[in-house]
Amino acid sequence: MKAYGTVFKYGDNIDTDVIIPARYLNSSDPKELAKHCMEDAIHSSVNFVENVKDGDIMVAEKNFGCGSSREHAPIAIKASGISCVIAKTFARIFYRNAINIGLPILECEEAADDIDMGDKVEVDFTTGIIKNITKNKTYQAQPFPEFMQELMAAGGLIEQTRVKLGVN
Amino acid sequence: MGMTMTQKILAAGAGLERVKAGQLIEAKLDLVLGNDVTTPVAINEFNKIGIDRVFDKEKIAIVPDHFTPNKDIKSAEHCKMVRAFSKSMEIKNYFEVGQMGIEHCLIPEQGLAVPGDVIIGADSHTCTYGALGAFSTGVGSTDMAVGMARGVAWFKVPSAIKFVLKNKPAKWISGKDIILHIIGKIGVDGALYKSMEFAGDGLKYLSMDDRFTISNMAIEAGGKNGIFPVDEKTLEYVKEHSVKPYKIYEADEDAEYDQVIEIDLSKLEPTVSYPHLPENTKTVSEAEELEIDQVVIGSCTNGRFSDLKIAADILKGKEINPNIRCIILPGTQQIYLQCLREGLAEIFVTAGCAFSTPTCGPCLGGHMGILAKGERALSTTNRNFVGRMGHPESEVYLASPAVAAASAITGKITNPENV
Repeated sequence: MKAYGTVFKYGDNIDTDVIIPARYLNSSDPKELAKHCMEDAIHSSVNFVENVKDGDIMVAEKNFGCGSSREHAPIAIKASGISCVIAKTFARIFYRNAINIGLPILECEEAADDIDMGDKVEVDFTTGIIKNITKNKTYQAQPFPEFMQELMAAGGLIEQTRVKLGVN
Repeated sequence: MGMTMTQKILAAGAGLERVKAGQLIEAKLDLVLGNDVTTPVAINEFNKIGIDRVFDKEKIAIVPDHFTPNKDIKSAEHCKMVRAFSKSMEIKNYFEVGQMGIEHCLIPEQGLAVPGDVIIGADSHTCTYGALGAFSTGVGSTDMAVGMARGVAWFKVPSAIKFVLKNKPAKWISGKDIILHIIGKIGVDGALYKSMEFAGDGLKYLSMDDRFTISNMAIEAGGKNGIFPVDEKTLEYVKEHSVKPYKIYEADEDAEYDQVIEIDLSKLEPTVSYPHLPENTKTVSEAEELEIDQVVIGSCTNGRFSDLKIAADILKGKEINPNIRCIILPGTQQIYLQCLREGLAEIFVTAGCAFSTPTCGPCLGGHMGILAKGERALSTTNRNFVGRMGHPESEVYLASPAVAAASAITGKITNPENV
C-alpha cells in the first residue's frame, strides 16, 4: 500500500487541543470535526482546512499528538483526507488511537527533519520507505512490530475484536 | 533482572510470570472508564462490534463531567446518548449530574480504584490512580469500546524512570509544585512511553491528595503512568473508601530503570508553568508581578478537599482583587458538601469567588470561565496549551492552589508567603 501527497509540516509538541480544539468536541461526527482540524495551529504559514486534499501527508517533529486522549484528533485528521502522519515521535495515546482506528503513522527522525511544508512525498507502508519527490531523497521509517502490523491488517481494533469474539 | 512495580502489575494482568520492557501484551482490566466527550465515540465503535452486552456491568464507570451540567444542545445530545447506553447495558457505575464529580476525583472517592488494579480510561488523566498503587492509563475511545466488550486491552510494557523524592517538602510545596518541577526538568516528552515510578523517604510527607496530583500530571511529561508504592497512607485511604479486594505489588530490588532522578523536596520553591507548555516552569519569585484576569481553582489535578482547604485558609477574611474573576470548582459532591459543612463555601463566597458545582468546565475551554482574546488566567489545572481555556490568543499559567489563592487577592502572580 502506498500514499502520495503534498506535505503539511508542523513542529514539536503539536497537542490534540491544537489538532481539534475542545470547543468542537460537542460533536463526534468525523466530517464536522474535519472542518476544524488544526484550527489552533495559529503559527502555521498555511491554512490546513482550506488547502488539504485527499491523500495529503502530515509531517511533524517530536511528541506529535500530546495532551488529551481525544480520539477526535486522529479521526479529524483522517476525515480531512490525510493519508499518513510522519513524525519523529508520537505521544503514546495518539499513537495507539491512530493504530486502533487505522490512520497510518510512521516514526522517522530523518524524514521529519528534512521534509518541508509543500514537499511532494510518497510513502510505502509495507517497506516503510519514504520518498521525497521534491528533494529527490529517500528515508527509512521504523518498521512496526508484528503485533501492530496484524492489528492494522485486520482493519483496526474493532474488526480484530469482531474476529476474536466470533461475531459475523 | 527484576521488574518494576508497573511491570509486575502488567505481568499479573496478562497472566504471565514475567514481562520485559517493549513486550506487547494483552491484559485483563479491572475498570474501564469514560466521560461525556469520549464515551459517545466509544459507543459508536462498541455498536460496530455487534454484541449486545458489556463484559462486566460492575467494572465500567461512566462519568459525564466535561460539558456538564449540559452546556449546549449538542452536549445534551451526547449526554442523552451516554445515559441511554448506560441504562440499556445496566452499567452500575454511571454517575448522573447531582451525583457525578470530576471523574478522577470521583473514582478513588467511590472506591473504584484500588492497589494492584489494571485500569484504562478514555481520558488522558486516568493515570491519576497510580497514586493508589494501581496501573492506570489513558486511552482512546476505541480502546474503551473494546475494553467494555472484552475486558482486555493491549499494552506495550513500558521501561521506567525512577524519581527518588527526598526529605520533607519546604513550606507551601504541594504535589503540584513537585510535579511541575519534574516536568520542567525532564520536558513534556521526558517520560514518553515510560512509567514514572516514585520512591524515596520524601513520600511519607505526601498526602494522598498530593500523590493524586503528581500521578495525574504524569501524562504531561509524556508518561504512560505515574505510580506510587503502597504505604500506610494508601491503605488508610483504601479502607475508608473501598470494599474491593486489592493486591500490593512492590518493585524488585534489581528492577531496571532507564534513569534515576533524585529530587530534594526541601529545596523546591512554589512553581509556575508559563504558556504554552507545562514544561515552561519558573519559580513563583521569577513569575511575580505578572497581572492576571482570572483564577481557576479546581479540576482533576487540584479539586480535592485539601486543595480547597489551602485556598480557603489563604482567602479567609480577604477579598478577591476587583480585576479578577476567581472560579472555584470542587471535584465531587462529597467535597462540595464538606466545603459547606466546614465553612469553606462561606469563605469563598464572602471573598467574592464563584463557587460552582463539579465540572471540568474551564480547564479544557468547555464552559464556566472561557477566556477572551488576550486574557490571562492563573489556574490549578494541568494544561496551558494554545487555546486550552478559550481564545487561541489567551494565556494559561499553571500553579498550586496556594499560589492561585494568593494571586486572586493581589491580581498578579504572587507567592503565598506574601499575603
